[in-house]
Amino acid sequence: MSPASAASPAPGTSPARSAAASPAPGARTALRTALRAGLQRARIELRQQLTSAQDVWGTLFFPVLSLIVMYVLRDSRVPGTGFSLGTRSVPGVLGMNVVLGALTVLAMTLTMDREDGTLLRAKATPHGVPGYLTGRLLSRAATTVLGVLVLLLPAGFLFDGLELGGAQSWFTLAWVLALGLLAVLPWGAVAGASFGSAQSLGVLTVPVMLLMVISGVFYPVGAFPGWLQWIAQVFPVYWLGLGLRSALLPYGLGAAELGGSWRHLETAGVLAGWALAGLVVAPFVLRRMARRESGASVAARREKALQRPV
Amino acid sequence: MDAEVTAEDGEFTPESPYGPPGRPAPVIETRGLRMRYGDTDVLRDVDLRVYEGEVVALLGPNGAGKTTTVEILEGFRRRSGGEVRVLGADPDGAGEAWRARLGVVLQSWRDHGKWRVRELLDHLGRFYAPYSTPDRRRPYPAGELLSLVGLADDADTVVARLSGGRRRRLDVAVGLVGRPELLFLDEPTVGFDPQARREFHAVVRELAARGDTTVLLTTHDLDEAEKLCDRTLILAGGAIVADGSTAELAARVSGTAEVRYTRAGRRHTRRVEDATGHVRELFARYGAEIGDLEVRRVRLEDVYMSIVRDFESGQRTYAPADLTEVPV
Repeated sequence: MSPASAASPAPGTSPARSAAASPAPGARTALRTALRAGLQRARIELRQQLTSAQDVWGTLFFPVLSLIVMYVLRDSRVPGTGFSLGTRSVPGVLGMNVVLGALTVLAMTLTMDREDGTLLRAKATPHGVPGYLTGRLLSRAATTVLGVLVLLLPAGFLFDGLELGGAQSWFTLAWVLALGLLAVLPWGAVAGASFGSAQSLGVLTVPVMLLMVISGVFYPVGAFPGWLQWIAQVFPVYWLGLGLRSALLPYGLGAAELGGSWRHLETAGVLAGWALAGLVVAPFVLRRMARRESGASVAARREKALQRPV
Repeated sequence: MDAEVTAEDGEFTPESPYGPPGRPAPVIETRGLRMRYGDTDVLRDVDLRVYEGEVVALLGPNGAGKTTTVEILEGFRRRSGGEVRVLGADPDGAGEAWRARLGVVLQSWRDHGKWRVRELLDHLGRFYAPYSTPDRRRPYPAGELLSLVGLADDADTVVARLSGGRRRRLDVAVGLVGRPELLFLDEPTVGFDPQARREFHAVVRELAARGDTTVLLTTHDLDEAEKLCDRTLILAGGAIVADGSTAELAARVSGTAEVRYTRAGRRHTRRVEDATGHVRELFARYGAEIGDLEVRRVRLEDVYMSIVRDFESGQRTYAPADLTEVPV
């Protein structure tokens, strides 16, 4: 070793800490460090997303458009009640936003990160992939929650009958959002790992949109045929919407839902089920994705991207 | 996630003595390395060794398998056969503690375009902190690293706004942020203008002068290998066909000459030991049929260029005889 390299100790690292570090640190210590670095990554990515006009526009365009449509429809009534159909749909729009953010956008981000080599960079770094995923998942979750809160503000002024005053509303909103994100984010990651390119992900948009329609985001499921109601109740989108409605709408409106109540227990059960299944499946799929990553595969994807007509 | 495998776990002990006497075990060692895609052997039988502190060029035409070789050594790609040791471990499943000792600069990166230069170096550096030792402080402080690669003025620049050459310097900085014992540079100067290339060479030389980082760089530019490296390995036809300093390689082929001529309207090129004798015989046999006679001493570059030409036009699939004579 030359004197030049040895004579320049890092200003940031204290001698005591460096001396304490053994040549082969415990894998757990290193992993913990990587996960902490993932938190830093989440903060930086969040800042990037919030300061990019394009990202903000992309996140808010659909929900704002939907809120405008709902505002126009505010005089229509929920079938069987005197309640405004527009107000009733506000939680649905928020739920749609959560699904778009946690599933579609996350999947798109992962495929893009594979295309430009971000994932490969993580793979070249010790414990880089868990660090990278921590950052991506947390920043996505944070953006999604912020998106919901930002939409609630104008909605509170535009629509009559939203229950935004009570602690109960916010408590329900918090656990439904948290459980909803846990139920959807892993599947967004699985989709992102499974599709070859951001373009081919377009295929995913169709079933997701279809799912939102049958899950009663815009129109109560009660009006649909029975078999369609059953399909809707298998997927988390319906339950996310139901949970958000139970948080934001008057308690009595639960009677207009399937089963005649807000069904909190079932909501928690189904969302937790999807979360558990996702947390079991996602690590396998993500590990396979990381294992397959190499410079050649990044180059091949870029080649393909360049050949695509713009 | 990954099982930690330390260098001591392996049961593979390199036969000694390898290479010059008195040298420690090589940092990189492959024996009979093979890589097969479908029906094609990209690497047939690669034997190479790189020792601590060396700067070694892996030279070869496009498609010779340089990148494949490097990706196998980096642990990014699973080989089809043969034995490989890098920093004392098999790269296939060597774990994160091993990974922390490597620096990787791939052919081209476009990642983290929205990040600021210093922010990215600081972030990636954090992953290496647990692997710091008293004589190898990890990570490399971002400020020092930026000065080393000549990016001090761009610390707050957004990565996507860097020019090609500056982006490449950042890639090298990222490769160095863990203060690696072994650095891989894959085609580091492709697409550089001469100025950027010169500046990049200065960075690598600076690194080599410090002596604590072994460097394996791939290139298809003989000139680059000659300027930067202690030793050059030529990869062709899926095997290492030449190994030595540029001077040694040149000495191997300096005895030969190339004779070009036309006979009956067809062009001929012969590589011979005794040019004078060959020409005398040509005239004795064909007399006035011979035209456009040209005799040139063969330089290493000529040999290398002819390999490149032949491989690229698919005329040759195995190493040329005049290079296989070089003891590997």
